[in-house]
Amino acid sequence: MLDDGRLHLQDGPIDLLIEAWGDAASIRLAYMAASDRMLTVLDELCGELLALRAPAAAGRTFTGQVACRMHKAVHPHAKNFITPMAAVAGAVADDVLAAMRAAAPLTRAYVNNGGDIALYLAPGESFRAGLVDRPDQPRLFAKAIIKAGDGVGGIATSGWRGRSFSLGIADAVTVLAASAASADAAATMIANAADLPGHEAVTRLPATQLDPASDLGPRLVTRGEGRLTTQEITAALEAGARQARRLIAAGLIKSAALHVQGQSCVVPYQDEMLMAEIQYA
Amino acid sequence: MTEVTANDTLSTDGRIRCDACPVMCYIKPGLSGACDRYANEDGVLIRVDPHVILNRPGTQEVVRFLENGADWDGNILAPAPVVTAIGAGTTYPDYKPAPFIVSSKIQGVDMVTVVTEGIFSYCGAKIKIDTDRHLGLERSIVRAAGEPVGHVMTSEYGSQMLSLGGVHHLTGSGKKQGRVTCETLLSLCNGGAVELTIDDGARVVVQANAAPIINGEPEQRMRVGCGSATIGMFAKQWHGHVDDVVVVDDHITGVLSEHQAGKLLGMAETGIRIQGRRSTPGRYFEVADPGTGWGGTDISDPLSILGAFDKKHARPGIRFLMVSTTGEHAAYYELDDSLRPREKAMPDQLAASVALIAENCEPALCSVLFMAGAGGSLRSGVTTNPVRLTKSVREALTKVTCGGAPVYLWPGGGITFMVDVSLLPKNAFGYVPTPALVAPVEFSLRLNDYERLGGHVAELRSMASILSQP
Repeated sequence: MLDDGRLHLQDGPIDLLIEAWGDAASIRLAYMAASDRMLTVLDELCGELLALRAPAAAGRTFTGQVACRMHKAVHPHAKNFITPMAAVAGAVADDVLAAMRAAAPLTRAYVNNGGDIALYLAPGESFRAGLVDRPDQPRLFAKAIIKAGDGVGGIATSGWRGRSFSLGIADAVTVLAASAASADAAATMIANAADLPGHEAVTRLPATQLDPASDLGPRLVTRGEGRLTTQEITAALEAGARQARRLIAAGLIKSAALHVQGQSCVVPYQDEMLMAEIQYA
Repeated sequence: MTEVTANDTLSTDGRIRCDACPVMCYIKPGLSGACDRYANEDGVLIRVDPHVILNRPGTQEVVRFLENGADWDGNILAPAPVVTAIGAGTTYPDYKPAPFIVSSKIQGVDMVTVVTEGIFSYCGAKIKIDTDRHLGLERSIVRAAGEPVGHVMTSEYGSQMLSLGGVHHLTGSGKKQGRVTCETLLSLCNGGAVELTIDDGARVVVQANAAPIINGEPEQRMRVGCGSATIGMFAKQWHGHVDDVVVVDDHITGVLSEHQAGKLLGMAETGIRIQGRRSTPGRYFEVADPGTGWGGTDISDPLSILGAFDKKHARPGIRFLMVSTTGEHAAYYELDDSLRPREKAMPDQLAASVALIAENCEPALCSVLFMAGAGGSLRSGVTTNPVRLTKSVREALTKVTCGGAPVYLWPGGGITFMVDVSLLPKNAFGYVPTPALVAPVEFSLRLNDYERLGGHVAELRSMASILSQP
């Protein structure tokens, strides 16, 4: 427990900051449920780690709850390269949040797994979430106001500066979706799409050279970027935005905010409701 | 950052398999695992946590990983935390209670840990350097950046000892010397490498748990023993394959045919003559000057320690091996018709014995012990009656640790302790411009003993409140 009433749980690479609202007894029950759930999550995942690191394919079955959530989240993207690992952080957050909600009635709750957040809002409640464009230099560039009934149960951010590798050049792509796992998978795909293939200012290395066990295999991941021109940045943003619009049209995400070298782009930008959701600070 | 005690296995290309969690990442040098918490720094698994709790001045918690071989009970929530003084701050000159006086229950007994960072002017480092190379004469001045920071002590078996720091270098000999001494100690205690030069001696790079680098050459191995001991250990393996063996050593050079071991094996005299001071049969002192050549001497040609062969016993065709005490240097000779040694290709049997000497040498390392006295004003941060703390430490009622690491307490007065700096988390030491070193120190004792020695009981805080402090 942290002093401000948040719960901090950590096991291996999983690092959760959890907060719940409700009556005191419910919060206590929810926190106990969260730590109980955490006891076995990592072991369950590691039991199926090899299959989870393989490219997503239809018909594959998984045993663990979290693994099933991962598979379900990446499956719609399977015609491009993706592995269930793209949704691991979000899926863990979703699973812990589900355990908390099953344990006690709550008015609001979130499980933040290193920036990938599962959230719950009872009718009438809302959340203000801060958005950061450079995970290595945390500063809020915008706030998203999420209301119950918006259909948003997850927020996830992906980008080459973050903890996981990215095939694209976006500093960060933040996605709002129905679950954290879906948002996580979609953010990965949009960040991969926001790219300038073969550009000489971008330093790329095979993923396995950095992490021999990476699910990305020998694919080139972004490790550094020189200055890009405004036109180049716009082109990369537009490539990512096209992917985001496809995912919105397919009903997989609600909205996305993309950032490349200080320039940003929010989709869908025509939509008034979502413009209101993501306000620049 | 914290050095991790979790088991890690090092593979040939420098990758570490981290077993801190079931993900079991392979981590390449210079990179971190999936968690971004454990990283591979030059083949060592370290914690690089920008740890919310660990790095925040005020509340420092180091959770030991499966200490004493205990099994993990599966509890993710704070498994038996150890509160250390690292980053606790200090209240020098200690008229106020120490920053953290923590109470916690251990096996039903109320325990108190008084956590403070001590400012030590009376402190230094004792350095053990595993090498037989000559670093400098006893009492020679040891310098860092040209400033005297300590002196050469004794040679121990296979090692050379230095004493660095101490109050005279820190505060007694001018500002510059004090500053350089403080920097040198701080760097060594925090696991850094320091280049030292010894007056009329060697230049040596010292780093805790790393091989010393002497005059630019990394030391590989400790000697297997002195020259005489080496003869004793390997005599049987040489017998029958060679007529004589000389083990070159700066301390005692051994000669197989004259040595007790050779006599017992019935080896004949070879007429070999060693230029040195004979101690007992087959054992010679001072065959050459100390240096960084063969066996810690200054020679590069081993024949330079031999005199002319005694014609009474020598004959053409006599075969002999010359080898250093680490197996690092070796050469094989046969006497020609004029009884002069001619170097020949080494027979396999002898090469194997040289390899065996090398194999029996342990890797050469530097070790750094931080030594300081906590018997001064620091005690009043712990208790209103300082001498009672000293007494309770003496009576083993109070346990002293340094950054959570066990210490050796010197007998006699005061609370003078030594600690192996490699057992502390990295960067556990700090400094003040006095100049003096800041080191963590914890006193743990039972609550009732603490009350009895006049402890600051009113300042007690629960472990839970320390852990939850932002």
